Amino acid sequence: MPLTQTLEEQATFEIEEFLAAEQAKDLLRFSTAGSVDDGKSTLIGRLLYDSRNVYEDHVRAVTRSGGGSAASSIDFALLTDGLRAEREQGITIDVAYRFFSTARRKFIIADTPGHEQYTRNMATGASTADLAIILVDARKGLLTQSRRHAYIAALLGIPHVVAAINKMDLVDYSEEVFTRLSSDFHELAERVGLKSVEAIPISALEGDNVVHRNERMPWYVGPSLLEYLENVEVICRNDDAPFRLPVQRVIRPHQNFRGFAGQIAAGTVRPGDRIVALPSGRTSRVERIVTFDGELESASAPLSVTVTLEDKLDISRGDLIASADEPPAVANHFAASVVWLHEQPLTLGRRYLLKHASHIVPARVQAVRHRVDIETIEPRDAHSLELNGIGEIEVETDLPILADLYGENRTTGSFILIDAATNATVGAGMVREVLTTAIEHKAERRPRVVLAGRELAAELEERLLELGHPVVRTRVLERSVWRALDEAGVVALVESDDVAQVLSSEFETEPVGDGSVDSVLDALRLSGGKEWV
Amino acid sequence: MASSAVVDVPISTDRQRLSHLKQLEAESIHIFREVASEFEKPVMLYSIGKDSSVMLRLAQKAFYPAPIPFPLLHVDTGYKFREMLEFRDNYTRELGLDLLVWRNEAALAEGANPVKLGTQRCCGLLKTQALLDALRHYGFDAAFGGARRDEEKSRAKERIYSFRDKAGQWDPKAQRPELWNLYNSRVGPGESIRVFPLSNWTELDIWHYIHLERIPIVPLYFAKERRMLVRGDSLIPIEQSFVQGLPGEEQMVKCRLRSLGCSPCTGAIRSDADTLPKIIAELVSFRSSERANRIIDHDQDGSMEIKKREGYF
Ligand SMILES: Nc1nc2c(ncn2[C@@H]2O[C@H](COP(=O)(O)OP(=O)(O)OP(=O)(O)O)[C@@H](O)[C@H]2O)c(=O)[nH]1
Ligand SMILES: [Mg+2]
Repeated sequence: MPLTQTLEEQATFEIEEFLAAEQAKDLLRFSTAGSVDDGKSTLIGRLLYDSRNVYEDHVRAVTRSGGGSAASSIDFALLTDGLRAEREQGITIDVAYRFFSTARRKFIIADTPGHEQYTRNMATGASTADLAIILVDARKGLLTQSRRHAYIAALLGIPHVVAAINKMDLVDYSEEVFTRLSSDFHELAERVGLKSVEAIPISALEGDNVVHRNERMPWYVGPSLLEYLENVEVICRNDDAPFRLPVQRVIRPHQNFRGFAGQIAAGTVRPGDRIVALPSGRTSRVERIVTFDGELESASAPLSVTVTLEDKLDISRGDLIASADEPPAVANHFAASVVWLHEQPLTLGRRYLLKHASHIVPARVQAVRHRVDIETIEPRDAHSLELNGIGEIEVETDLPILADLYGENRTTGSFILIDAATNATVGAGMVREVLTTAIEHKAERRPRVVLAGRELAAELEERLLELGHPVVRTRVLERSVWRALDEAGVVALVESDDVAQVLSSEFETEPVGDGSVDSVLDALRLSGGKEWV
Repeated sequence: MASSAVVDVPISTDRQRLSHLKQLEAESIHIFREVASEFEKPVMLYSIGKDSSVMLRLAQKAFYPAPIPFPLLHVDTGYKFREMLEFRDNYTRELGLDLLVWRNEAALAEGANPVKLGTQRCCGLLKTQALLDALRHYGFDAAFGGARRDEEKSRAKERIYSFRDKAGQWDPKAQRPELWNLYNSRVGPGESIRVFPLSNWTELDIWHYIHLERIPIVPLYFAKERRMLVRGDSLIPIEQSFVQGLPGEEQMVKCRLRSLGCSPCTGAIRSDADTLPKIIAELVSFRSSERANRIIDHDQDGSMEIKKREGYF
């Protein structure tokens, strides 16, 4: 481990000081990118090795026996290429997550594949990164995949990018080559919209400028890669942004406690803050912030908390609690950038499921505004997107989502598309523009599940059919069944002889209305995405 | 004074930037809540080890003040340390948890053990098969496991939601993309997922958290004088009758276990670390990974990946 050397040199090891220092460290998540064989995995292996973050048994397992100095017989890429197929083919297929720390920081690395076929895995690794290292082979310069990855990094809003001009050993550590490639990269960065870009000449294989600066490139006066990683400012995680809490779950241990659990997506919350619950639009104040470790006076993103409210609002999973002064859009029609992740191309009008925050809603792609030609970074007309295609689309959802623009919030501005028939994750989307807010669409909001006694169920069924709503009555007490009915677009009337008992058990629903047919129909029309009685 | 205070205060939550442990905790809690809300029948695989202890604490935090809304499942191979089973029973009773225990009784009745079958076949029957049988028997559609990506190369490749086909198997070349914290919970009939809420925790993070949170762990992790078979560099625990020493091998040694498995297959390490700070200090000085003293992982190149493909955690 990293601290081995220094700690052993110290006469005594002060564990408490060590833990205090550990706790003071912050966390930087970064990912690698670049074309196949540019040296990403080799770089990560080298970084881990030179910063003393690999165990001896792991190094032994990737050392070729015989010949050369210790470091030159290590196949660094194999420290991260952990699948058999990867070792056999000599390429990375899926993301490897590695962890290391230095005296200043903890790092989570996502080493991603360069091969075009596995772009979805690159996007997976990059989506949570604070920084991306895009490698460029000094002999080859910018390739299609370098452009694609730079473009994806820009779409995903990764705050910092390092252009690591690699294999400098193969171009005689030439300053001229570095200057040319670094200016090529800056030009690309400008075109795709990357803001913070740092170019560093390295040799992953030889270790030049990875951890230690090297005299083989005396003309380079900037930081080594690790020095840069240790010092780059980690973008503050939206402490001051408007408060957003996507509700994952209603916590109700007994009748007197009703808490809304979720991970704060942005901002800070304090008891007394005025909030709005969406999509209902009802307002209240935060009463308490409850955690296992006691109540909090304030909590900020990305903490996971449970809040209780002063008023009894009907809030359930998928809803969002937000600052009453700056709520997000309640949108069911919006434009988004999308990276297509599946062999089955994007199909206009096809039923997808859209997952946004803690909410899954049926959705359709209404239009492809354009696709991006990666060679030229120019928009082109298109009606579909193929695997690894990138473009801008217009999406309509059956129920509104509570969205911010991705540029303002990576958590409440992102979504994935799931194919409703195959369950595959097919697209990654970033909200760019809200086209219609759901307030104008209220009448179209679709009801879901109603739990009722036999008589009420029969009456409701009749009335709903009269009103032209497809409806199915069932006695099955299983969420999967309800969900299937709901997704088929029908009202599920769940009939039970003992509604109270079902309610008090696991289903976490609350009665609405006064139990009359009209009050239920009222509720059905007014709010979406809930279960009613 | 100042330095000792750090150890005793809970992790501060009001700092401008959250400590990395607090960030990891928040991420894990988010995962627990997602799975508990989106799946019909989740279960937590409880292995009694340090990672399970942390997982359990995180699950308590995720649903507090409500109880954990899913049962725990321990796959008992029949060769776990006595102290592990005692700890399991006491701790889960104290917390009022719903604990299920599953054993491959048929294989045990036929005398399956690692000496007779070799570690691979033994693990295949008593761990993997038992786990798959248990999941199928109860119809669990999501199972939490305490695996961490820093443990082993093929684990470093795994998603947080790891999709399994009808036979419970993992296809590393067909993993679902997993962007941001948006997990795809859609599974077809008979398919399931394994969920790894501790994916991004390191071994040091685990110990640090156990220390800060004062989480109870099995005493076998702490060094003390124990009766062991000393064979070369290995310290083999004597718990099963088929583990027999040669003359002179049986000795009292001050030692502890770095990771807990089945007693015949888990080597102890010589150690004086009898407190959490000492364990952490020792960990920082280690040069080998925690799995280096497990026998199963080394049987053949990529053996963990093979086991995982077959349905092992
Ligand atoms: N001479 C030289 N060779 C390098 C350097 N970096 C990487 N290589 C070699 O380039 C080849 C590919 O390296 P990898 O690290 O596997 O490349 P990668 O970018 O991870 O490839 P994918 O993950 O499959 O996209 C290997 O043979 C490396 O040894 C370098 O700095 N100098
Ligand atoms: Mg690679």
